[in-house]
Amino acid sequence: MQGSIAVAETIGALEPGVIGVYPITPQTHIVEHLARLVANGAINSRYINADSEFSAASILYGAASAGVRSYSASSSQGLLLMTEVIFNMAGTRLPGVFSAVNRSLSPPINIQVDHQDTMTLRDSGLIQIYVENIQEAVDTHVQIYRIAEDREVLLPAMVCMDGWIISHAYEPVTLWREDAIKEFAGSYDPPFKVDPRKPLTYGALTDDDRITEFKYMVDSALCRAEDKIVQAAELFREEFGNFHGDVVEKYYTEDARIIIVAMGSVVGTIKEAVDRLRAGGKKVGLLKIRSFRPFPAAAVKELLRGAEMAIVIDRSFSASAGGILGSEIKANLYHQNGPVLFNYIAGIGGRELYPHSIMEIVQESETAFTKDCVPDGAVFYNLNEELL
Amino acid sequence: MKLNIGGITEAGQSKKNLTGSWRYQIPVIDQDKCNGCGICELFCPDSCIDINNGRAVIDDAYCKGCGICVKECSRDAVVMQPEGDG
Repeated sequence: MQGSIAVAETIGALEPGVIGVYPITPQTHIVEHLARLVANGAINSRYINADSEFSAASILYGAASAGVRSYSASSSQGLLLMTEVIFNMAGTRLPGVFSAVNRSLSPPINIQVDHQDTMTLRDSGLIQIYVENIQEAVDTHVQIYRIAEDREVLLPAMVCMDGWIISHAYEPVTLWREDAIKEFAGSYDPPFKVDPRKPLTYGALTDDDRITEFKYMVDSALCRAEDKIVQAAELFREEFGNFHGDVVEKYYTEDARIIIVAMGSVVGTIKEAVDRLRAGGKKVGLLKIRSFRPFPAAAVKELLRGAEMAIVIDRSFSASAGGILGSEIKANLYHQNGPVLFNYIAGIGGRELYPHSIMEIVQESETAFTKDCVPDGAVFYNLNEELL
Repeated sequence: MKLNIGGITEAGQSKKNLTGSWRYQIPVIDQDKCNGCGICELFCPDSCIDINNGRAVIDDAYCKGCGICVKECSRDAVVMQPEGDG
């Protein structure tokens, strides 16, 4: 089944009260299929075709403040247009769920995958889980509502799935029984609900005497989400049998001298590269970051401590400051006497990453490590100098 | 008092914020010139003017003293008068 249809079927089975969306490539198949489910009377959600992504996200804000479970999906520029509302949802502690179908940001216009769109939302207080394949996309959508809507969390949440590679590819996938996943997701019961009979103020003004405390409350709620993600992953394994990692997934990390760190669909490619390198006797492992927000600091520290080299593959960057995941992993390892860190910015705007690309990156890093000429910052992989 | 999550509070909290304290001058209505037309009531950005018995009345608890009513009055019936130390 196609990734987008599998995700739409799963959201359809969970039947959120409100679906607020605006179409954008490559998210379109998800919202089209949900529209079809609603139009055919298969599900009872209220489907609102908004006039922009800003409105679509605002519809989630409204639904969540009225105590209604909600859903939206977007990509690229559409996610940027949602940014203002997502900060508002996190600050007001309203847990709408978004699918982000990852796509490069313009300009130039490019509809292929990288992570620049969702990584740009990282400071908002939004929960972000990056998935590796269609089955993980399906299973994570089942898990995400109980995490976001937990009374100790109450934050918007985003399942980040790579455009095309996950959204448009066809893979064998298991969809779950509606009643089973509805029960797993639980119900949304917020402490405050909009009610005309008991008016409340949302979005009030606060001066410097309290604002730090409100921001701190968002920070600590997002930190608390880490345990909830672990619990949801474990419970899902018990009830449905699948496990894709909790906040991270380990792949041959125990005895690894070199650990590759990455997120999203490229993880599958890296697993193949690790298998080939292991077959050649090289002690390489992989650390998949599943939850980028909350950032799994303890797990990263613990798993990378024993390695000699860590190679972070970033599909996004903060201009002039290197890869975003690379910078955060580096900061996390400071004062830890941890591995030497290599950071590659790769797979931008859909530039293909093959198993042999990963093997080349490992080879290049090892050579630099041996010769003691580790690059100072991040390296743009496979940069075509002739075009510059 | 503990903070509510998300800054969600009872409605009407802004009533406690007496913005009249921001003011250094107050509009005064000339009762002879005012005909209660309501132009100042319409234009007051803080809804601090009511027309009572055919005359404009200023709510001095919230009036910030911006002077828009003086500009808008077509009968020159409103003047700003300094308050406090000015």
